[in-house]
Amino acid sequence: MSHPSPDALRREAAERLTALQGHPLTPRDRLAIPPQEMPSREPAERIRHVEEVALGYSPEQARLEALRCLQCKNAPCVEGCPVRIDIPAFIKALAEGRDAEAMAVIRRNSLLPAVCGRVCPQEVQCQERCTVGKALKDVRKAVSIGRLERFAADAERQSGRFQPPPVKPETGRRVAVIGSGPAGITVAADVRREGHAVTLFEAFHKPGGVLVYGIPEFRLPKAIVELEMETLLAMGVEIRTNFLVGRTRRLENLLKEDGYDAAFIGAGAGLPRFLEIEGENLVGVFSANEYLTRANLMRAFDRQRADTPIYPARRVIVVGGGNVAMDAARMALRLGAEEVHLVYRRTEAEMPARIEEVEHAKEEGVRFHVLHAPRRVIGNAAGRVTGLECIRCRLGEPDASGRPAPVEIPGSEYVIEADAVIVAIGNEPNPLIRQTTPGLQADRRGRLIVDPTTGQTSLPRVYAGGDVVLGSATVILAMGQGRQAAAAINAFLASLPPRSA
Amino acid sequence: MPKILEKRALAEEVFLLRVEAPEIARERKAGQFVMVQADLRYGERIPLTIADANPAEGSITLIFQTVGRTTHRLAALNVGDIIHAILGPLGRPTHIERFGTAVAVGGGIGIAPLHPIVQALKAAGNRLLVILGARTRDLLILEDRMAALADELIVCTDDGSKGRKGLVTEPLRELCARTPKPDIIFAIGPPIMMKACAETTRPFAIPTVVSLNTIMVDGTGMCGGCRVTVGGKTRFVCVDGPEFDGHQVDFDNMMLRLRAYKEQEDAAHEKCHLEPQLARLERKSSS
Repeated sequence: MSHPSPDALRREAAERLTALQGHPLTPRDRLAIPPQEMPSREPAERIRHVEEVALGYSPEQARLEALRCLQCKNAPCVEGCPVRIDIPAFIKALAEGRDAEAMAVIRRNSLLPAVCGRVCPQEVQCQERCTVGKALKDVRKAVSIGRLERFAADAERQSGRFQPPPVKPETGRRVAVIGSGPAGITVAADVRREGHAVTLFEAFHKPGGVLVYGIPEFRLPKAIVELEMETLLAMGVEIRTNFLVGRTRRLENLLKEDGYDAAFIGAGAGLPRFLEIEGENLVGVFSANEYLTRANLMRAFDRQRADTPIYPARRVIVVGGGNVAMDAARMALRLGAEEVHLVYRRTEAEMPARIEEVEHAKEEGVRFHVLHAPRRVIGNAAGRVTGLECIRCRLGEPDASGRPAPVEIPGSEYVIEADAVIVAIGNEPNPLIRQTTPGLQADRRGRLIVDPTTGQTSLPRVYAGGDVVLGSATVILAMGQGRQAAAAINAFLASLPPRSA
Repeated sequence: MPKILEKRALAEEVFLLRVEAPEIARERKAGQFVMVQADLRYGERIPLTIADANPAEGSITLIFQTVGRTTHRLAALNVGDIIHAILGPLGRPTHIERFGTAVAVGGGIGIAPLHPIVQALKAAGNRLLVILGARTRDLLILEDRMAALADELIVCTDDGSKGRKGLVTEPLRELCARTPKPDIIFAIGPPIMMKACAETTRPFAIPTVVSLNTIMVDGTGMCGGCRVTVGGKTRFVCVDGPEFDGHQVDFDNMMLRLRAYKEQEDAAHEKCHLEPQLARLERKSSS
């Protein structure tokens, strides 16, 4: 499959914009504007490196796409946004060429627009509710709110306009934020703004959490995450890398001995789930966490320079249907696999991955085996993977997740040959913090139990949010929970007697 | 930033680094390890055991053998240099109590992680029988320190250049056969040695603790690269271990998994180790 070139898309948008000028647009005119395609690198070229696949709208495309918005009074899109960005307002500003104002509107609710514009599952959030998509009877034809958000954020970054938010005078209060992923970044910024000292603790040598170890460069350039970290530093947030709360220091010591007045746990869901099938400990079976961490954080894609090796594999099977599965499959291609097969128990309609990721994976040549359940990993005498035995499934009645359950078809087993199997079926919160913090309550799946409005855990002064509460969820939900918890922490600190800085 | 306070060569290819790391020194307990990265941008993360710690000075001691790129990079550092990333202490601490008589078996570089365990066992009032093994005399480390802690010390070398000639399992079997028999065994060393120790003690039904050193990326439970089969169940060495019941560990699977990157590691070893050595030899021969 080949794409129109970014230049062609830009020229076409410019011509349409000129044609539309000079007269007010009716809703019918707006619906007639074709949805703007995202300029992307050619699949054959992009699988040879890890650079970002989606190139972003040109200003002309962004204006034209923004003109497709009907400016609905009831704004159903806002209801679909977990952090309630005033979507019609920012899109109107973009349509009128007021990019800085668009960004100001977005920043009222979102701290990470350049990230969320790229990784949010818009088609099940804002864009699912969009009137334009409904009128055109296809969610893929909804206004591309996410791409517009990305455009606004990228334009701001490229212009160098962005200033770190102002910080109020020091209060003398201190907050420990555990985990530097989306939830932690949000809390650090929101709490610091009120003048409280913030220390952001990160176990890895580089901050950013899942944004750096999990999501590949080709989907989220690390320069964007680095800029967010620089912003936090400019605000006066202290970032402590190589610090594992629970082991380097226990949470209760931070609160009782080290002078922190409150703590936020945003440690994520880092514990990989395995299939629990025969042969899973053979050489060549990896969690997607391991595979992607090697490739992303440890830069194993840069074979000439990176010390961290990647397992050599000509044929790779990825098990799962979420964004992480797509990331792993596409990374395997970039790391030199000749064939990448994706095995999923249900059909494409039930895949949790973003539509764009599924499309990109297919364009790049990932072969989809839907309605296939893995049965056992097969290996040779040296204990290395040689294949995955699968069984065909059909869709049955809905299960606890609300999706149709895969039902195995007896006798339909067969083997897909492979040198490596990557398991991408989800993660659970890392148990370390709860094991080392007496009184911290979690549910049966290890997710911390919090007050739904404040994010407070079972312990006083301790709050939590993001995947450590939600299980594997999204960046935007983590950010939303971070904002709530930060507001509660700020209110709690404001209720304490004043202390001089 | 962790600064190197002391560097010593303990044996051929075995180095000791005493490193500034006050938080780790304060919190660490016997049996725990750290993840070390020698180059922030392209370096790998490797687990190294903590051989000793001095909380008052705020330092920890690392002992390692140069086998891969990171250990070669570390060996090239000197006093005053910085190690870019050290994370820890990681893993569950050794369960220490007054068992009675404890046998501690250390093989090769495994003597380093055994040292703090022996210290802790001694402090808890155990009678200590220590067996140390090495290929040859020059590769034997920490003998003096162990001699100071042990009630009995037995040294073995494969070539007989020091102590008894032979494997550590021979004296281990003799100690197990004593009456009363020892109450617990700790065995740390190469996987094949730990497997042999576990098989030696199994007929005597003496609890045997082994400390596993597997491939890890993060060391905090995230990657699962370190997983091993223990009693038929998958366990993570980094968070469930590193110590396990030696009679339950599937050593054969673990040894296969350790060889996952063998080809790349051999290539790295050649590049980091043999090439400079060859260059030195060439310089010598030309001068």
